Amino acid sequence: MLKVESLSKTFGKGSNNEKLALDKVNLSLEEGEFVTIIGGNGAGKSTLLNCISGVYEIDEGRVILDSVDVTFFPEYKRSVHIGRVFQDPLRGTAYDMTIEENLAIAFAKGKPTGLRPGMTKKDSLLFKERLELLDLGLENRMNQKVGLLSGGQRQALTLLMATIVKPKLLLLDEHTAALDPTIARKVLNLTRKIVHEETLCTLMITHNMKASLELGTRTIIMHEGQIIMDFKGQERSTMTVERLIEQFEKRSGAVLDNDRMLLG
Amino acid sequence: MTFLVLQGSFELGIIYAIMALGVFISFRTLNMPDLSVDGSFVLGAAVSVIMSSGGQPLLGLVIAFFAGCGAGVITALLHTKLKIQPLLAGILTMLALYSLNLKVMGGRANIPLINKATVFSVLEKTVLGDYSKLLLSLIILLAILFLLYLFLNTRLGFVLRATGDNDHMVRALGVNTDFVILMGLAISNGLVALSGALIAQSQSYVDIGMGIGMVIIGLASVIIGEVIFGTKSLLRRLFAAVLGAILYRLIIAFALEIGMPSTDLKLVSAVIVALAMAMPVIKKRLSLVKRKLTVAHHEGSKRPNA
Repeated sequence: MLKVESLSKTFGKGSNNEKLALDKVNLSLEEGEFVTIIGGNGAGKSTLLNCISGVYEIDEGRVILDSVDVTFFPEYKRSVHIGRVFQDPLRGTAYDMTIEENLAIAFAKGKPTGLRPGMTKKDSLLFKERLELLDLGLENRMNQKVGLLSGGQRQALTLLMATIVKPKLLLLDEHTAALDPTIARKVLNLTRKIVHEETLCTLMITHNMKASLELGTRTIIMHEGQIIMDFKGQERSTMTVERLIEQFEKRSGAVLDNDRMLLG
Repeated sequence: MTFLVLQGSFELGIIYAIMALGVFISFRTLNMPDLSVDGSFVLGAAVSVIMSSGGQPLLGLVIAFFAGCGAGVITALLHTKLKIQPLLAGILTMLALYSLNLKVMGGRANIPLINKATVFSVLEKTVLGDYSKLLLSLIILLAILFLLYLFLNTRLGFVLRATGDNDHMVRALGVNTDFVILMGLAISNGLVALSGALIAQSQSYVDIGMGIGMVIIGLASVIIGEVIFGTKSLLRRLFAAVLGAILYRLIIAFALEIGMPSTDLKLVSAVIVALAMAMPVIKKRLSLVKRKLTVAHHEGSKRPNA
């Protein structure tokens, strides 16, 4: 479904602060595969997602989505087939518009923009049904502005918006990191449910090692712009956080000093 | 204030309300401070006067609208394609339009429309008489208000509003925000130019300097409307901009009535906008002072008991 071929990205080329963020990364995802990504700060996780979604132009390599080479597609064109949820809850929704208006924009994804009504009665009923599945009571607040929602509610809504038109690829960039633990767990469960039901091909960055092993079907670990570990199947199902840390330190030659990752 | 002055203020207010709606689109829905307004207002007026001189006042309004759209497109392209900041992009277009407007006006800085038919003079001969200006402007305004409301509730209208809120989200949902900004600024400046075209025909002249400070007047109208009539729903916001524009004219008429020289009007406009924009901060300060005072009062009343 997704194929990333020797993808490289350097920030601040030619300046003193030149930083190689991605170093010839190769990654291939099958249909329906749910991959979790972990790694320390500056490992290149977010950069990888931003290169796939087209936020950053890449220096070298190719990105192929469902056998279409999208390397030179602008961000908005790729977005038609890619659903995204960001770390910042404010980034995924329009705060001054109502919940149903936000959903209507998401629901129109890939359809001609044009002068058709922004939302019909039928759409509204569908939105209500989908909101009920979130189990946050949002189905009764469809006419309220999104600015009134909490961060967790917003992330749940963004997740629904990212998947209401089934994407070929779902990118989740630490989408629970800014939430308090209870609601974070709820959003994670929701993620698991939606990805499973729709069998979505998913890449999820997390800082939580336990979650990275519990969720999904495959885990990759990044370090200094490279994928240093990649495991699935039995190797993954028998993996523990302790062994993961041990192996990480052996392979990267670095010590995991990120408390957030260990304790999260 | 005499009835005639009142009627005149309403007429002007209704025509300027069209401009206020244009400013509402760029400043509020797109969240972009577009200063090309000053130029596109005169552009509309110039086109309208030239066409009226040629005996085509109605066609003049239509062409003025599209000329304004063109100006908006230039600003949008400067911003989206060449990555020039919105503020600067607007100023560049405004500057270029100054020369362009003089070209449209045949090199003259001021053209009067003497004994030429305008959309208003045609109606004046009917039973409407003196009320023709008021009525025609009102009909045009209501038609625009209706169309704009419909437009803002289409798919394109939805993404237009969302782009001002959060352009990241709109791109992540597969919509080209560059195109949305282009459409928005085109419509915005089109309305501003149409407003200029109507003003020119109503006052029977165009002057190269008549657009100075228009963006501030438009913004003042939008903000006055918001402060007084609220921002609850989209329809309410649109009406607020319109009523704000009319109210602004009444304020100006009042200022003139109490003897303020007309050359001071721009100063008054600037002060109104500055005050209106500072409103939230002033309110916050006031409530803070109030809280401080009550605390001081409480402590003062406690001390004798202690």
